[in-house]
Amino acid sequence: MAINCTVNKKKVSLDIDPNTPLLWALRDHLSLLGTKYGCGIAQCGACTVWVNGEPMRSCVLPISAVSNAQITTIEGLDPAGKHPVQVAWDELDVPQCGYCQAGQIMTAAGLLKKNPHPTDQEIVDGMSGNICRCGTYHRIQEAVKLASKKIKK
Amino acid sequence: MKTSRRDFIQKASLFTGVFTLGFDWFSAEASAETSAMEVVTGAGRFNAFLSIDSLGKVTLFSPNPEIGQGIKTAFPVVVAEELDVDWAQVQVEQANLDTKQFERQLTGGSGALKHSWERLRKAGATVRKMMLQAAADQWKVNVAQCKTSKGFVLGPAGQKASYGSLAEAAAKLPVPSEVTFKDRKDYKLIGTRVKGVDNKNVVTGKPLFGIDIRKPGMVFAQIVRPPFGATLKSFSAEDVKKMPGILDVVSFKNKVAIVGENTYAILQARASLTCDYGSELPLENNETHANWFDEGMKSEKAQVMRKDGDFATAIASAAKVIEATYECPFISHSPMEPMNFFADVKADSVLLAGPTQVPQPAQKAVSDLLKIPVDKIQVELSKMGGGFGRRLSNDFVLEAAELSSLIKKPVLVMWTREDDMMGGTYRPAVRYRFKAGLDSNGEIIAFALRGVGLNAGNSTRQDNFPVGAIENVLIESIDQKSTVTTGPWRAPITNFLGFAEQAFLDEVAEAAGKDPVQMRLALLEKVKTKPVGKITYEPVRFEEVIKQVAEKAQWKKKPGVHQGFSVYYSHLSYVAQIAEVKVEKGKPRVTKVTAVTDCGEVINLSGAENQVKGAIIDGMGHAMFAKLNFQAGVASPQNFNVYRMIRGNEIPVIDAHFVNNGIAPTGLGEPALPPTGGSIANAIYAATKKRHYKQPFS
Repeated sequence: MAINCTVNKKKVSLDIDPNTPLLWALRDHLSLLGTKYGCGIAQCGACTVWVNGEPMRSCVLPISAVSNAQITTIEGLDPAGKHPVQVAWDELDVPQCGYCQAGQIMTAAGLLKKNPHPTDQEIVDGMSGNICRCGTYHRIQEAVKLASKKIKK
Repeated sequence: MKTSRRDFIQKASLFTGVFTLGFDWFSAEASAETSAMEVVTGAGRFNAFLSIDSLGKVTLFSPNPEIGQGIKTAFPVVVAEELDVDWAQVQVEQANLDTKQFERQLTGGSGALKHSWERLRKAGATVRKMMLQAAADQWKVNVAQCKTSKGFVLGPAGQKASYGSLAEAAAKLPVPSEVTFKDRKDYKLIGTRVKGVDNKNVVTGKPLFGIDIRKPGMVFAQIVRPPFGATLKSFSAEDVKKMPGILDVVSFKNKVAIVGENTYAILQARASLTCDYGSELPLENNETHANWFDEGMKSEKAQVMRKDGDFATAIASAAKVIEATYECPFISHSPMEPMNFFADVKADSVLLAGPTQVPQPAQKAVSDLLKIPVDKIQVELSKMGGGFGRRLSNDFVLEAAELSSLIKKPVLVMWTREDDMMGGTYRPAVRYRFKAGLDSNGEIIAFALRGVGLNAGNSTRQDNFPVGAIENVLIESIDQKSTVTTGPWRAPITNFLGFAEQAFLDEVAEAAGKDPVQMRLALLEKVKTKPVGKITYEPVRFEEVIKQVAEKAQWKKKPGVHQGFSVYYSHLSYVAQIAEVKVEKGKPRVTKVTAVTDCGEVINLSGAENQVKGAIIDGMGHAMFAKLNFQAGVASPQNFNVYRMIRGNEIPVIDAHFVNNGIAPTGLGEPALPPTGGSIANAIYAATKKRHYKQPFS
C-alpha cells in the first residue's frame, strides 16, 4: 500500500517497500539528492531532515513512520537560499567539502526554530550530533550565532 | 544592437582558435581541436583558465579536483587578480579532465598552488595586457597611458571600455611573450577573505557530489569485498537474484557485486548474500602486526636512509641517552562521502564520472584494464565530499569500470560506511624508535630514528629537522609487507611522524634541562651557521614561525596554563603550534591551539583559516580516538558508533596566524596537521606529567 506524505509542501505517494528508510526514498525515488548518506546508523547527522518540523535522522526512519507527515529537506528549507541559516553559512564561509552541510543546516535551522536565541553552550550542544570530517565546527557554531542574530531583526 | 546567443557563439569561435594556438605554454599539444571545444562552451576562451565573451561574461576554469581544500576558489582568485576583474562578475567552472589544456590536474601533496602560481598569474596578466593594447589601439593612444580597473580599460582622456567590448579586438592581437605581474601591495583579492564559489549550491542542497550522479539508464550497485588476504571460494547468488529490485549478481576479482534498481533493495539483498572465503596464508590479526613491529625493531636489515658522522660511537660517549618508542595503528580516511564512482563502459568508449583526486591516472588505469585507448575515456569531475588521500587510489574507479563492462550498463557503485571503513587503503601502521645522546652540556650529539612501517614505504623523512643540526645521525626504515592495503592519508607519514618526533624532542629538552622553544631555536642557529649534510628546509623560515607562535601564545608567560610546543615542516610549508591544556575533573582538556603558518603568500584568507583549523581538528581527533583492529583480515570498528570522530563539543579554540612574507605560495591542505599531535601531547604532559607514546591517546 502506498505511503502518502508531504515533501517540501508537495504531496507525494510512495508505492515502495514500507521499510525503506526515508533517506533512500528521498534520494532514489523522489530525486531529492540534497539529503546525504553518511553512516546509515544515525551517528553522523548528514541525513537530517525535518519530520513535522522536528529534525530527524532519515537514514533510520522507515517511510511507514512518516505516513501523512510533513517532511522538509534542504531543498525545501528555502530554495533561494535566503533562510537566515543558509545566509549565515555563506557569509561566514562555513563549507569546506560541503558534504555534511545539508544535515548541519537542517539541524541548525531546527534548533533555531525551537530556540531562536540559544546560548553558546546550547549551540555547541545542539550541533554536536553532526559530524564534520573537515572540521568546520568553529564556523558552524559561529554561523548558528549569526543566524540567530538575523532572526532577531 | 542585441547580440543573439548564436551570433556571439560564432564570433567567439572566430577568435578563440587563434588564441588557444598562441597560448602554448600550457601544452605543446594545444591545437585546432581545442577551438572546436570553445564553440561548444560558447565563449571566447583566451586560454586554458579563462574566457571572456563579447557580452563581458568572465568565466574562470578551475582544473584541479575540489575536495574541500578550496582550490576551486583559490585558483580563480589568482587569475582574477592579474586579469583585474571584479570578483562579483566572475563565474567559476570546474574543468573536466583535459590533458591537452592542463598539467597536474590532481589533488594531492598540497602542491597545486606551488605548481600553478606562475601559470595562473600569467594566464590573467597576459589577457589583461591584451585588453590594454586593444583599447590603446582603438583610442589611438600610447598603451602606457592606459590602466585597468574591475574589468575595464581606462584611457588618458577619460575613455572607458569594458573587457567584453574589447574581447574580439584583443583576440586578434599577438599574444605577448612577456608580462609584468602586479605588485603585491596592489592586490585587491589575493590575501582577502573570498567565500567558496560553491557555497550557494551547498546551502541549497544542489547535487554536486559523486553520490548524486544520475545518468539515463543508470543502475546502482554495491560490492562485497573479501577480508584482507582472503580469496572468494563461493557465494550464494540464486536467492539474492530473485529479490525485488535486484537486477544481477556478478563476481570478479574475489568480489561480489549486487546490481539493483535502488539502494535499499541492494542493502536488503546484501543481508541475504553469503560468501565463503579461503586463504593460503594465515590472515592478519593485531598480534601479527605487533610481532612484525617487534621483529623490525630487532632486525639487522634496515634500510639506511641517512647517515651523518658516527652515531654508534657518539651515543656510546654520551653523558645521557634518551630513548622512546611511538606507535600508531592503521586508520581509515572516513571522508563524509563514502567511496563511489560512476562508469558507463561501451564497446569503444567509456564515461567515468565522480570524485577522484587523480583523474588522469584513473583514466590510464581504466584504459589498461579494459584495453580501451585513453582518448576514448572521458572523465567528469564531481565535487568530492572529502578524501584526505583516500581518493588518490583508483580501486573504486576500476571496480565501477569493470562492473559496467560486465553488466553492459551505466552503473553507480556506492560504498556503505562499513565498506568504506573496512575497505582499506588505510594510513599505514608504524612504530618508531628514537634515540638521542646528550653531552655533559645537554647538547644533542647523536640522534637516531628507526621506522618500521606496514606497507608504509619509507616511514621516515630523513632530511627533515632536527637533522642538519646534529653531527651524528642514523635514520633507518623497514617496510614490512602486509595484506592490509594502505595509501596516502592527509600528510602521509608525517601525520604521525610529526607527533612522534615533536613529542620526543620535548622529552629531550626536558632531559637536557632546556626550554623546548629555545632548544629548537639553538638547533636552527647551528643549521644556519654550519648545517650538517643535506637539508630540505629553510632554517630562517622555521625560526620565524617559532618566534611568532611563542609571542602570540605567550609561551610560558601564562601562569596556571599548561602549554605544549611543536613545529613541523611539510609540503614546503612551516607550522608552529602551542597547545594549552586544562585539567577538569581530573581529565586533561585541550582548550586552545595557537598556530603560526608560513605557506608563503596566502591566496584566500578565509580558505586558509579553514585549512589550518580543519587540519588541527583532524589531527587532534585522530590522535585522540582513531584505531582499527584486525581479526582474521577483517577491520573493525566499521562505523562511527565505535570509530569515534571528533565532534563540535570537543574542539579547542584555534588561533590561526600566517607569516606575511610574500614568498610564492606553498601547500596548505596538509601542513597544519603533522605538528598537532605533538603540541597536544606535550601540553598534556605539562599538565599531567604523563607522556603519550601511542595513538590513539584514549
